[in-house]
Amino acid sequence: MRFSEIETHLGKFRVGIAGAGGLGSNCAVSLARCGVGTLVIADFDVVETCNLNRQYYFADQAGMLKIDALRDNIARINPAIKVIPHNLKLDESNIPTVFKSCNVIVEAFDSNDMKEMLIETVQLRMPGTPVIIGSGLAGWGHNETIRSRKIDDTLYVCGDESTTAGDEMPPMAPRVSIVANMQANTVIDILMKK
Amino acid sequence: MKIILNNRKEEFSVPTLTVNEMLKIKKFSFRMRVIKINGVLIPRDKYETTVIREGDDVRMLYLMSGG
Repeated sequence: MRFSEIETHLGKFRVGIAGAGGLGSNCAVSLARCGVGTLVIADFDVVETCNLNRQYYFADQAGMLKIDALRDNIARINPAIKVIPHNLKLDESNIPTVFKSCNVIVEAFDSNDMKEMLIETVQLRMPGTPVIIGSGLAGWGHNETIRSRKIDDTLYVCGDESTTAGDEMPPMAPRVSIVANMQANTVIDILMKK
Repeated sequence: MKIILNNRKEEFSVPTLTVNEMLKIKKFSFRMRVIKINGVLIPRDKYETTVIREGDDVRMLYLMSGG
């Protein structure tokens, strides 16, 4: 299949991205490069200089809302992509509305409590919508521990499922973007089968 | 009972177990996880009351912070 055909096919779909940090910004950019038609991106945070070690933002965007900065960056890469930004904190009550009619949802939060909340909400209240989780990406090295696993048709996990981010084990660009791109690759795989 | 736990056969000496009992027997102590039984997600507040039975397909993943 030629890329032009792939792009035309992917253009028909809508993907939700829960969080615009390291996982979400890198995943969104990859999906935009591939031509996924509509990206619904939710986050309430602003870009900080300390985010630039892994997140798809630029130094001159410090202080901007991440959703605005990411929309600008995606527009510079692929202006054909429709970005629907939501400046809010996702919770059990707004997730089904914000991500309504998304074909796939990417879990791209930092904290594991938020990851759990999103997974429970989508699995219980949006049955049939696949969720792609990022879990375990802190530190550096250990390429061989990063993997992607299908739990079932509605649940996939990318990451090493063992490292926890902290002061002594920070998340850094290489492993974060590997996992973010594994999530993007899983999204593409699901959409190409539709 | 015999169950499938993350695609592997697993045998327990009792006929049923709650999710919490299974986690304790298996010494799965890390708190943040997702569990599905026969394709149905079990929220954490149901671990005490949800029963695992013969033949169940239990799938589990860990949620690590960082993103």
